[in-house]
Amino acid sequence: MSELRETRWEKTLNVLEKNAVPILFLIIGAIGIIFSGYSMNYLGQEIIVRIARNSFLIISLLIPIMAGMGLNFGMTLGAMAGQIGLIFVTDWAIAGIPGMVLAMIISTPISALLGWMCGKILNMAKGREMVTSYIIGFFINGVYQLIVLYGMGPVIPIKDPALVLPRGYGIRNTVNLIRMRRSLDNLLAIRIFGISIPVMTLAVIALLCLFIVWFKKSKLGQDMRAVGQDMEVARAAGIRVEHTRIVSIVISTILAGYGMIIYLQNMGTLNTYNSHMQIGMFSIAALLVGGASVNRASIGNVFLGVALFHLMFIVSPMAGKNLIGQAQLGEFFRVFVSYGVITLALVLYEIRKRHTRSRAGRLLAQEQLDARRLADD
Amino acid sequence: MVSIRRFLNSFGWPRIIIGLFLLSLFIIAPFVGVRIGASLSDTIIRFGMNSVLVLAMVPMIHSGTGLNFGLPLGIMAGLLGGTLSIELGFTGGLSFFMALVCATPFGLLFGWGYGKLLNKVKGGEMIIATYVGFSSVAFMCMMWLLLPYRHPTMVWGYAGKGLRTTISTEGFYLHALNNFLQFRIGERFVFPTGMILFFALIAFLVWAFLHTKTGTAMTAVGSNPVFARASGISIDRIRTLSVVMSTWLAAVGIIVYQQSFGFIQLYMGPFYMALPAVSAILIGGASVNKASIMNVIVGTFLFQGILTMTPSVMNAVIHTDMSEVIRIVVSNGMILYALTRKSEVSR
Repeated sequence: MSELRETRWEKTLNVLEKNAVPILFLIIGAIGIIFSGYSMNYLGQEIIVRIARNSFLIISLLIPIMAGMGLNFGMTLGAMAGQIGLIFVTDWAIAGIPGMVLAMIISTPISALLGWMCGKILNMAKGREMVTSYIIGFFINGVYQLIVLYGMGPVIPIKDPALVLPRGYGIRNTVNLIRMRRSLDNLLAIRIFGISIPVMTLAVIALLCLFIVWFKKSKLGQDMRAVGQDMEVARAAGIRVEHTRIVSIVISTILAGYGMIIYLQNMGTLNTYNSHMQIGMFSIAALLVGGASVNRASIGNVFLGVALFHLMFIVSPMAGKNLIGQAQLGEFFRVFVSYGVITLALVLYEIRKRHTRSRAGRLLAQEQLDARRLADD
Repeated sequence: MVSIRRFLNSFGWPRIIIGLFLLSLFIIAPFVGVRIGASLSDTIIRFGMNSVLVLAMVPMIHSGTGLNFGLPLGIMAGLLGGTLSIELGFTGGLSFFMALVCATPFGLLFGWGYGKLLNKVKGGEMIIATYVGFSSVAFMCMMWLLLPYRHPTMVWGYAGKGLRTTISTEGFYLHALNNFLQFRIGERFVFPTGMILFFALIAFLVWAFLHTKTGTAMTAVGSNPVFARASGISIDRIRTLSVVMSTWLAAVGIIVYQQSFGFIQLYMGPFYMALPAVSAILIGGASVNKASIMNVIVGTFLFQGILTMTPSVMNAVIHTDMSEVIRIVVSNGMILYALTRKSEVSR
């Protein structure tokens, strides 16, 4: 009788499987720390910096996951909007916090428009949102290049010669954000045990977390979860499914734009044509490392993910150098791991989807069998 | 009128617009001082270089496994074949043949594993394929550093180990196919007969395969899996076979590409190679679960034609090279168009 019922072993396996990725990274990180020889103080400082730098961006991914649209590879759209905001603010020579706020204000309508477009397209490609949003990122990147590389100068006035390419139009490959560099981080930085903590940035992130918690409980948040569970049921319950999905992408894109501005004020330089393309991959990988999956992610996953993922990122070149004598190997290793973890998470999600379905079927069969036995007795 | 409209609809608007765009480029070209002969020759050479890579899309689309965004995995097999052939000391035309031979076991092995994986993730193939491609490129980056290659033309001079980022195929299989039966018309038009014949041969083999019993079963699995299962076809087996074929074709495709291009690009070189191939076949009129050899030929010609013509013509007309931006917008726009077509969401 018990051979059909879930055994304790299976339950343990299930728990292990759910947390397989964070556990794996904990092990990689631990090995890396040992071989890299970095001090704990240094690692602590680096991780704090990276949590402050990246968390906002990663949190922007949570809302589409809630709405059942998977990982929003289209967050690069928001990143581009944020960058356009920063380019303008740099051109107008507005420094510090006012500059950042203005950049955010400029990015908002652009993000909203791009997000709305992205949502519209994703509604036409239900069931393969992820690959579609991924391609949208590439597509809009083309449009972004058209505007920034050719439009800025002749069509959109840019005064600052330090921004414009020597040929007279188009923005340079790197834009120096010296006026804004660390303006948020240094606003209220305190030092504990020699580790500097950017309190203000963390406060902004905490505020966003509160917003996410509140949003989950709001009417719109509830609607999104219903849509994420089952679109048809949600539609029958009178929820405007398409509209809700678009809203979730718009919010995510706007947040990604803000996140990009926070990220870049910490970096201090903007790689005009590269920054946004990489950020999507790193954010998604970090979230997945934290134990999130395509349909389930929490704020806890974000912070665990940033810490573990960036720990691996910091230690692997040095560990590679000390182990094999080639730092480059470590760099390739971390690129491989970033892509590998996304692959692994996507595969596990698809397999688990099937597994859950068959397990539910098996348990149902067992229940019926039990009921019949009971009736026979 | 009705028949014209029907023809236009079946041909597809995007294809017509892109075709007209290319035609107008060819018409403008002589007026702005771009030589038609040279451009046409370039277009045909680039067609030959890329056509086998585009052909690698066909089997997977046929079996309903989706667009092969995991093309880089097959390319890795081809790179292993090419470098092994050089390492083993083959030169000239023989090295091309040996590259194909060496790439085959890797292509089959990678394809088999990749196919098994894709069978486990039905419905989410395309995004997973993308990331399988990326991971394989990143993984091989480590391998190129570690594998014990020793041939002096391939490894870094000062260290004596670790492969270079680009390896010249000169002295090995450079233009092994291009120069075969090559002829010129006029001063500038060169026709790479061997390469086109090679593509024709491979395309014929794929076409012939699709008309065998197994090939028909593959089409059935792609167009109607329920019917296919009812007729006793093992869906998983057919899908795996199609993925193996696609992967092997990608391996062959990159070797053909290298013999014309002149360089083996290792490390991050093949990273984004899937996207041009995917958009080429879509421009040719394929959809997410339907593709023919004709789509490959038309699509590769249109796509490579635009790639060759836009830089020269645009440069001459507005003195700005916007070709890269146009390429990004056209190719990704095409993929988006195909992904959002309603009729394809059948499974």
